[in-house]
Amino acid sequence: MKAKIKITLKNGVLDPQGKAIEGAIKGLGISGVGDVRQGKYIEVELAETDAGKAKAIVEQMCKDLLANTVIENYSYEIG
Amino acid sequence: MLRASVIVFPGSNCDRDVKTAIERVTGFAPKMVWHGDASVPSSDVIVLPGGFSYGDYLRCGAMAAHSPIMKDVVAKAKAGTPVIGICNGFQILCESGLLPGALLRNASLHFICRDVFLKVENDQSFFTKCYRKGEVIKIPIAHGEGNYFADSETLDRLEGEGRVAFRYSDADGEVGAASCPNGAQRNIAGITNETGRVLGMMPHPERLYEAALGGTDGRRVFESILLSTLEAA
Repeated sequence: MKAKIKITLKNGVLDPQGKAIEGAIKGLGISGVGDVRQGKYIEVELAETDAGKAKAIVEQMCKDLLANTVIENYSYEIG
Repeated sequence: MLRASVIVFPGSNCDRDVKTAIERVTGFAPKMVWHGDASVPSSDVIVLPGGFSYGDYLRCGAMAAHSPIMKDVVAKAKAGTPVIGICNGFQILCESGLLPGALLRNASLHFICRDVFLKVENDQSFFTKCYRKGEVIKIPIAHGEGNYFADSETLDRLEGEGRVAFRYSDADGEVGAASCPNGAQRNIAGITNETGRVLGMMPHPERLYEAALGGTDGRRVFESILLSTLEAA
């Protein structure tokens, strides 16, 4: 199985990189661009075949390492 | 006698600076402890140095917080051994849960390497007792991720409990947005845990401990360590 994990900054956490990207997009002359927030995308191959157990494993890795829950949210798909 | 241990992570680059600072100021050479070791020798103080542990992969300090030695550092800190984290060390302390909050990318996105003024807010802790509350000192910062963040409840608690050790200020001690180099909330440059025995700070006191380096304002961090240790002996 493969876990596809998305990590994003929580609302209210300043994202200066997102702001810089927003400025660069506007610099391309593209109009109609609002707030830009950037994050991380991580793929993890799993040996586990049971969906429930895989979810528990992914939860643990997200909580303990991949995301810092003080500043970040995470979500994932497993398939 | 001062038994200090400096933890060396792959990518640490201020480990030998802080070793020299401790040795020159206190007269006692620290032990250098590799991150892959399982335990820290019995110590009066543990130092997490500055640098770019694990290349800052994932988040600054995130990988180091899970390296083998950190289990023992966390256990010893919880049992009362004083721990100081400087720059990357501060990031590691936050990632390991010994200090609250997180250090985000500087608001300007720039890596900032220059002297800054700090206002001393706490002169009672293990690491700050040789300073005087309210005095303004000058110590360099050198970081890309030093923008301290915590929710407002945590910030109120830190302030209410006197756990803000240093704030960025101007030369006159004025604390405001204009004197904050990195966007840190409430100009926070350093905080302690509940007991004052764990300190995280972004500025580098080990870079200004004798006049030949351009100043001595960092020296008293190491004098405080020695004094606190001798007082407890």
